[in-house]
Amino acid sequence: MRGATHAKWAACAVAVALAATACGGSDSGGGGGGAGVVSSSWGDPQNPLEPANTNEVQGGKVLDMIFRGLKRYDPKTGEAKNMLAEKIETTDSQNFTITLKDGWKFSNDEPVTAQSFVDAWNYGADVRNKQNNAPFFSDIVGYEALHPASGEPKAKTMSGLVVKDPKTFTVALKNKFSTWPETLGYQAFSPLPKAFFTDHSGWLNKPVGNGPYTVDSYTKGTGMKLRTWEGYPGEDKAQNSGVDLKVYTDNNTAYTDLISGNLDLVDDVPAQQLKNVKNDLGDRYINQPALIIQTLTFPLYDPQWSKEGMENVRRGISMAINRDEITKQIFRETRTPAKDWTSPALGEKGGFSATLCGDACKYDPAAAKKLIQDAGGLPGGKVTLTSNVDTGSHREWMDAVCNSINNAIGEGPVCTVNPIGTFADFRNQQSAFKLTGPFRSGWQADYPLIQNFLQPLYYTGASSNYGKFSNPEFDKLVDEANQESDAAKAIAKFQDSEKILAAQMPSIPLWYQNGSAGYAERLSDVALNQFSVPVYNEIKVS
Amino acid sequence: MGRYVIRRLLQMIPVFIGSTFLIFFMVYALGDPVAALFGDKAPDPATAARIRKDLYLDRPLWEQYLHYMGQIFQGDFGTAFNGQPVTELMASAFPVTLRLTIVAIFFEIVIGITLGVVSGLRRGKSVDTSVLVLTLVVISVPTFVTGYLLQYLFGVQWGWVRPTVSPDAPFNELILPGIVLALVSLAYVTRLSRTSIAENVKADYVRTAVAKGLPRRRVVTRHLLRNSLIPVVTFIGTDIGALMGGAIVTERIFNIHGVGYQLYQGILRNNSPTVVGFVTILVIVFLLANLLVDLLYAVLDPRIRYA
Repeated sequence: MRGATHAKWAACAVAVALAATACGGSDSGGGGGGAGVVSSSWGDPQNPLEPANTNEVQGGKVLDMIFRGLKRYDPKTGEAKNMLAEKIETTDSQNFTITLKDGWKFSNDEPVTAQSFVDAWNYGADVRNKQNNAPFFSDIVGYEALHPASGEPKAKTMSGLVVKDPKTFTVALKNKFSTWPETLGYQAFSPLPKAFFTDHSGWLNKPVGNGPYTVDSYTKGTGMKLRTWEGYPGEDKAQNSGVDLKVYTDNNTAYTDLISGNLDLVDDVPAQQLKNVKNDLGDRYINQPALIIQTLTFPLYDPQWSKEGMENVRRGISMAINRDEITKQIFRETRTPAKDWTSPALGEKGGFSATLCGDACKYDPAAAKKLIQDAGGLPGGKVTLTSNVDTGSHREWMDAVCNSINNAIGEGPVCTVNPIGTFADFRNQQSAFKLTGPFRSGWQADYPLIQNFLQPLYYTGASSNYGKFSNPEFDKLVDEANQESDAAKAIAKFQDSEKILAAQMPSIPLWYQNGSAGYAERLSDVALNQFSVPVYNEIKVS
Repeated sequence: MGRYVIRRLLQMIPVFIGSTFLIFFMVYALGDPVAALFGDKAPDPATAARIRKDLYLDRPLWEQYLHYMGQIFQGDFGTAFNGQPVTELMASAFPVTLRLTIVAIFFEIVIGITLGVVSGLRRGKSVDTSVLVLTLVVISVPTFVTGYLLQYLFGVQWGWVRPTVSPDAPFNELILPGIVLALVSLAYVTRLSRTSIAENVKADYVRTAVAKGLPRRRVVTRHLLRNSLIPVVTFIGTDIGALMGGAIVTERIFNIHGVGYQLYQGILRNNSPTVVGFVTILVIVFLLANLLVDLLYAVLDPRIRYA
């Protein structure tokens, strides 16, 4: 019978389809986390979760929960406080003796020793391990042997690292670097347990650290369950019983889940929702500056931008940008107009200054026009802004900046936008020094130090000096600041060097980027640190 | 029939090689992905060189392609940048999207054909007009609008369903996303089957069947519908591939970790192994769906026979 045959066909097809799709399916995980567990939005980390290989916020979030280093930045003030370090001593700002506190261990009960640090740092520096953060170890003597510019490394360890006893090790730096101990709060300097080296892939599937949380389960691309480690020896024990990180395809979706009660914490409120956020969350919305600044860097390798007198054109362009209007209209105050080249998250004590850029960062179209015209006008009569446009409303603000410049100069549409599709492509053009007009450069500091906002970006030949700015006076002041052992004096020196940026304007400070977060009613004590990462261990669940 | 299938399968080989070749070159032409791995920081040259070497990126393009194809035939689709093998990503993504596609196709067939038959049999009546207006509205509204709207209404405002899909993505949570994904195609299916039915309802064999005194139900299902379904089946067949690859918007809205999401991530991070691997599988799905459609013609219309 024909009909019967057909029905059989259909039944078979459905059965095959169901069988093919019936994988998965155990726990369907209800709404928010369980009792005392915070559920929080997450993005898929870009690289494997190794301390020295993680250079973005999503992976950093996890490391902040499962690792504690020699120092830790106070989430409120940004001050680097001793964590595992008992003391870090030096007499010459170049050779340091580090002594560890008693009683620290990894969550697998292995004690944290000087060797745990030395092994981890050597691993991070070794070019064979392809760690993104390897350059953080480049100040240490012997780095080149482990990380040659080309060819195979000749050593397995850095000679500048010497273990004295289980609790003490010494570090020899290549140059004087008085604020070097302050950098040790960065996660790349975390200690690693032996299991990391003996069973590497196993460790990556379920990382083991020495922080207040342990990893309960990790499904790549989906989420991670972290639970409070009862045996944690530190003082900053977790105030909740755990954190469930859930990967979201889109921060809009995460926000929707927060509003409908399926999620406790969103640490990136999407731009489209900013007009509702006050209504939806009231004072459960956090919006504060992070250690991130966006600038427009000039290609000073291009003679038409760097020749004598062009600094006035560069300053003029800066004055033609209406930062207040753009941060209000486009970013709805999740950006703060920039007034220097650092970030308010540093604090006044840390070197932030609201007056340093001065008039050059104030919107003054008349003065801008005069300054540019007196200096001979824009090179070729026009200026083109470049950025990737795949994220971050870059297209919108570039259009707004161009409008602002065009209106100020009043010579028609002299400013145009060159949108680049992907971040990778933008990076390629930027690092090949192919751009001929000002381009966006975002900078997220690794540690709350003024040095980190200046040296890597503007020192002659520095790694992220994409505009190839070079000024002997600036270099000299940075060197002096690094040698200065008195912190306040060092910061004053750095600010002096920053004044050269204000005069030369190799890059225009646009705005500081804020961290934003929203949370459910059952949470309290939610705060963001300077890296705009929630301080998870302090969150209380009611 | 058997020989026909074999011939068709053999024809797939050049199509497969040609399309992977094109995709590979297009993705790799986007440029060097390694620089983006370092975020805002400048890539360390020595580290970047090592990564390039590992990913075979330091070779000429044709060599990279040969190497890649060689790997694929051994079942190795390379590794995503986060250290996960692409096959692992596929194993987690394809079942989810397949389920989503099944839900979508189900609604297309059930709702789309029913509406099409109803309006086709009552051509010019008020039912017909309202279905046409309704499908016009559905076609003209973009998926992301209907997606966010339905998610807001059903998920947030009324709380009937969870607004997002859990990682396991079981069928019951995929009903709303499935409808959103299906909507536009559903409207086309409705219109196609309506037109087809309206044409065939005047055909001689239908008149004969009615004259024989067959019950109306039987005339419609056995005679009219079967002959009218050929264009609809063609459309649904090609739609399987389109739905699987085109679920990017829907998957983003409902937090479904399927093929669309992985493709989106892959493109955003310039992660060529992911993109090429997933698109390669989609090409195969597309080819097989087309073959299935051709075979179904013979089932629907006995006059079509393949030698």
